Amino acid sequence: MDPALRPSVDEVWHWLSEVPDPEIPVISLTDLGIIRDVEWRDDTLVVTVTPTYSGCPATTVINLDIEAALAGKGLAKVKLERRLSPAWTTDWISAEGREKLRDYGIAPPIDGTAADGVLMKRIDRLSGRSNLTIACPRCGSANTEKISQFGSTPCKASYRCTDCLEPFDYFKCI
Amino acid sequence: MATAALDPAARQAALLEFLLRIGDNTLILGHRVSEWCGHSPALEEDIALANTALDLIGQTQLWLGLAGEVEGKGRSADDLAYLRDGYEFRNILLVERPNGDFGKTLMRQFLFDAWHYLLLKALKGSSDTRIAEIAEKAFKEVSYHLDRSRDLVIRLGDGTAESHRRMQEALDELWPFTGEMFMSDALDAELVEAGIVPAPESLKAGWDEIVAETLAEGTLKKPADGYMHKGGRRGVHTEHLGFILSEMQFLQRAYPGATW
Repeated sequence: MDPALRPSVDEVWHWLSEVPDPEIPVISLTDLGIIRDVEWRDDTLVVTVTPTYSGCPATTVINLDIEAALAGKGLAKVKLERRLSPAWTTDWISAEGREKLRDYGIAPPIDGTAADGVLMKRIDRLSGRSNLTIACPRCGSANTEKISQFGSTPCKASYRCTDCLEPFDYFKCI
Repeated sequence: MATAALDPAARQAALLEFLLRIGDNTLILGHRVSEWCGHSPALEEDIALANTALDLIGQTQLWLGLAGEVEGKGRSADDLAYLRDGYEFRNILLVERPNGDFGKTLMRQFLFDAWHYLLLKALKGSSDTRIAEIAEKAFKEVSYHLDRSRDLVIRLGDGTAESHRRMQEALDELWPFTGEMFMSDALDAELVEAGIVPAPESLKAGWDEIVAETLAEGTLKKPADGYMHKGGRRGVHTEHLGFILSEMQFLQRAYPGATW
C-alpha cells in the first residue's frame, strides 16, 4: 500500500473499536482489551491479539472478524500475531466495557479477585459467603450467591440474586 | 551434567519429550472430561466440566504446537494429537483412567489439578520463555480448576454416607496412579539442570500439603503409599488409552486431512 494512503494506527484502533466480540456483542474487541498492538511493518498492518482463555472457541472467529473488518476498510495485507505474555487479564476490560456488560445483564469482573489456589475457609464456603460481593446487574442488590463457577462460556460464572431472584452471569476475574 | 547441557541435540530431544508429556496429559484428560458433556448430574456441572475440558484442550494446542515447532518436522498440534499411536503418547496413566461416576471424575481431577497447579506455577519461571508464557496463561485457568475440584471433593467427601463411600473408593482406586507425577528420569534431569523445568520430586511436598488439607476437610482417609503404577511417561499405557484414541482419532484416520 502506498505509504501516503495508509490509514494511521489511531484510525485502525478506532475501526477495531467497532468490531464486536462474537460471544458478547455489546462490547468491542478493544473494550475487551485483547488487541495489544497495531503497527505498520513495511506495507503490512500487524495486529497483535492475545487470547482470553487458551481454549476459547471465539478466538478463531475474532481473528476472522478482525481480518474482515480491515478488509472492509480496504486493507488487503493484514497479519495477525498472537501474544501470550503478559497473559490476558480481565483488568484490561475498559471502564466503558464494564458498563456495557452490566447493561447487558452480565456483572462485570471485580479486579484482583481471581482464583489463586488458596483454599477458602470451610464455613465461608458452606454458607456461600466470601469476601467477594457481586452486585446483581438487574436490581443492584448485593445479596447474590454463586450457582456455579462456570457459566455459559469459560469466562463467566453463574450467579443468582436472592432479592429479585434473577439468575445472571458474572464475568469472572482471570 | 555440564557436558550433557552443552549438547543441543540432546537438549532438543529432552525438550520435545517434556512438551509431549505435558501436552498429552492435558489432551487425554481434556478428552476424558469432555466425555461428560451432556451426561452430568446437573446442568451447571455439565457446563463446568465442558469448560474445564475446553481449557485443557486449549492448553494442549499451545503445548503440542510448541512441541511441533521444537521437533522441526512440520508437524502441527493436530498432527501430533490425531496421528500418533498409543506407544507415542506420553501422558501419565492417571489421566487415562475411566471416568467412573461423577465423584471419581472429580477425585481424578483434584489429584491432577493440585499437581498441575504446582507444576505450572514452577514453569512460569522457566528459563525457556516460550514455556514460561504458556505456563503463565494456563496457570490462571488451572487455579479455577483446582478451586472447583477441591471444593467438590470436600463437599462429596463430607456429604452423605453414600457420597462419602464413593469418594473414598475413588481415592483408594486412583491413589496408586499418583506416584507417576513425581517420578523422574534422565530427560527430566537434563531440563532441570538447564532451569527449564522443576524436578518432578520437588513438587511432592506442596502436593502432599494440598491433598492432606483437602482430604482432612472432606473427612477422607489418605491411602497408604504402596506400589505406584508407571509407564505412561515412556509410552507404556493401560488398555484404556487405545479406546480413547480410537474415538478421538477416528475422523482424521478415516478421512485424512478433513476440516470443518
